[in-house]
Amino acid sequence: MSARHAPAGASPLSWIIGNLFYSVPSALATLLLAYLAWKAIVPFVDWAFVNAIWSAPDSKPCREARGAGACWALITEKHRFILFGTYPYEQHWRPALGILLLIALYVVSAMRRFWRPALAGVWLAGLALIGVLMWGGVFGLPYVENERWGGLMLTLLLATIGIAFAFPLSIVLALGRRSDMPAVRVLCVGYIELIRGVPLISLLIMASVMLPLFLPEGLSIDKLLRAQIAMILFAAAYLAEVVRGGLQAVPQGQVEAADAMGLSYWKKTLLIVLPQALRVSIPPLVNTFIGFFKDTSLVVIIGLFDLLTSIKVSIAEPAWTGFGVEAYIFASLVYFAFCYAMSQYSQNLERELARGRAHYLREN
Amino acid sequence: MAGDSRQGARAAAQRRAAWSLNNPGVRALIYQVALVAAVLLGVWYLASNTAHNLEVRKIASGFGFLGREAGFEIGESPFTAYGAADTYRKAFVVGLLNTFRVALIGIVLATLIGTLIGLARLSHNWLIAKISSGYIETVRNIPLLVQLFFWYAIISENLPGPREALNPLPGVYLSNRGIVFPVFASHPVHVWMGVTLLAGIAAAWLVARWARARQARTGQIFPVFSTGAALILGLPLVAFLAAGAPTALNRPELAGFNFAGGGVLTPEFAALLAGLTLYTAAFIAEIVRAGIIAVDRGQFEAAAALGLRPRRVMRLVILPQALRVIVPPMTSQYLNLTKNSSLAVAIGYPDLVSIANTAMNQTGQAIEGIAVIMAVYLTISLSISAFMNWYNARIALKGARR
Repeated sequence: MSARHAPAGASPLSWIIGNLFYSVPSALATLLLAYLAWKAIVPFVDWAFVNAIWSAPDSKPCREARGAGACWALITEKHRFILFGTYPYEQHWRPALGILLLIALYVVSAMRRFWRPALAGVWLAGLALIGVLMWGGVFGLPYVENERWGGLMLTLLLATIGIAFAFPLSIVLALGRRSDMPAVRVLCVGYIELIRGVPLISLLIMASVMLPLFLPEGLSIDKLLRAQIAMILFAAAYLAEVVRGGLQAVPQGQVEAADAMGLSYWKKTLLIVLPQALRVSIPPLVNTFIGFFKDTSLVVIIGLFDLLTSIKVSIAEPAWTGFGVEAYIFASLVYFAFCYAMSQYSQNLERELARGRAHYLREN
Repeated sequence: MAGDSRQGARAAAQRRAAWSLNNPGVRALIYQVALVAAVLLGVWYLASNTAHNLEVRKIASGFGFLGREAGFEIGESPFTAYGAADTYRKAFVVGLLNTFRVALIGIVLATLIGTLIGLARLSHNWLIAKISSGYIETVRNIPLLVQLFFWYAIISENLPGPREALNPLPGVYLSNRGIVFPVFASHPVHVWMGVTLLAGIAAAWLVARWARARQARTGQIFPVFSTGAALILGLPLVAFLAAGAPTALNRPELAGFNFAGGGVLTPEFAALLAGLTLYTAAFIAEIVRAGIIAVDRGQFEAAAALGLRPRRVMRLVILPQALRVIVPPMTSQYLNLTKNSSLAVAIGYPDLVSIANTAMNQTGQAIEGIAVIMAVYLTISLSISAFMNWYNARIALKGARR
């Protein structure tokens, strides 16, 4: 878009004229915006970097610099708490290793050359290892009950486990929604529309206050698991719609060919339809993952100790009250890092898949 | 034809193997009966557990509590007077009205800002395009809840108290108690302006209908847009002038530790509105951009080649095609905004979820509280889906396969 007024390879001056000053209104808009940006950026840089307090044992220097400089000392002081919540302090290496392990799993799964069935095994092994690390109780690791898990690790776990369980469920729901059997179809449509029609908060509140009522007397499941179940049920409905989009994109001829070969429903679905449907739905699936990752922050409302809760708790301490802006900017940076990486990945993948399809169409 | 013979063959096969397990129809029936039975059994199991638990914990059931005294105050109820002595039913109504208030204002603002940013992203000016794409990328990748906390922290922690309130425009004050601004002092003509506005809209619709019929009959074009605008804006203006143009303002004044008079946006409402609007605007911007890109350049050129003036090109050729792409995702964004307004509970704005939450904590009647929330949101989303289906059917290309 930007190169319309200046050919590629032109000199910097002609690029500037072509893209910023190609008409009188455009020149005026450029100057006005540049002026406004300058007026906004200079005080922000002063506040966030030049006059900022980067570390301090207590909030006194921050209070003195209030209004002039940001108080990043809050983050420096509380970073262990923000990352790991109330996990026992001397055991923090365990969730730290867990976070690295999870990120390694994400990176490996993102690479197309590792897209093969063995990846599922790697995930199972990885999650088992993380479970051992976090719970402990074996290999001389002290046992840590999951009420004490928290911070960034909890956010990542809620998102990862949520997706891991919701995804297979969503495939079942999507297939059910396209089934020929009316009862199956009605149940699946009813479930998907019910969940998609209500806000996630209502499901979380339901999980925290209503789920205990559903269970037989004496049986109780802890808060983390209840929230996790609500998130899985929520994510499955949204993912199911994405998968359904992918199923609709599979040409009817593929289905008919599979029928003609006499394949059974499950063979046809697993060998012909799903591989093609999932491939085209990967970019929108990643976008749904991003939304889901952001939505995990809602557990703050039912008092689970995720990243956002630990940040809120840090500034609830009397010594550090009043530095909410700094705390939430830090929270934004952490969430942004993960979401932006995923969105860039999804866009690249989309381009790559589109190129592959174009190539295929040219060849045939 | 092929379908007929296939159906005939199938019917024959069914007659032959009517009640055999080799008959796919019979198998499907068995699967479905088993599934429905399993679901019913599960529901019955949960329901009987719930009934037992309620009995053990001595929690009442049913909606009888709606008629009882709520006993809690609500921070803001701009449409109806509400006090702690009022019933739960009234508290829920106040919550619902608060949800609608923030959602409606948010939808209007998000559409305006989002459209502007979406158009800006398509600008040939590099700076404008980059600033808007930077905005979209930033806002879309940060959870809404974090943004709400951020705006709330800015208003409640970083703005000065009412005595040192910022005064960016005459009569408008920003402080940690919210935003206060002057409003027109209430006058009977406001009702009449509302009535004439509705009359103007009705008249404009009739004119548009008449103009379309006349154009179909005679080919003459009537300036519908300017006539309609004159009717819709002019009639209330006439009412206003006829009442002697009352411009008395109700200005906020500092009284003690807070402002009195004028209009008020509480910190909670302002933070929620800012968060919802700016977040949804980023998504709307992408939808608007996609809608405009979707219209082929040849369409502009062909319309211009027919000799249509730019405004008619926009009205008759470009907008109908762009809207077909824009409206469905746009309605789902409106729905998202409405559902996201339930995050109000986190910053203490008394929306429906927040009030239901308080009521559930007080009465212990969680099932009824959740049922109210779900019924309200499901009604909203199903009505929006119904509108969407109607709209899609209306704008569908004639003869196109849906």
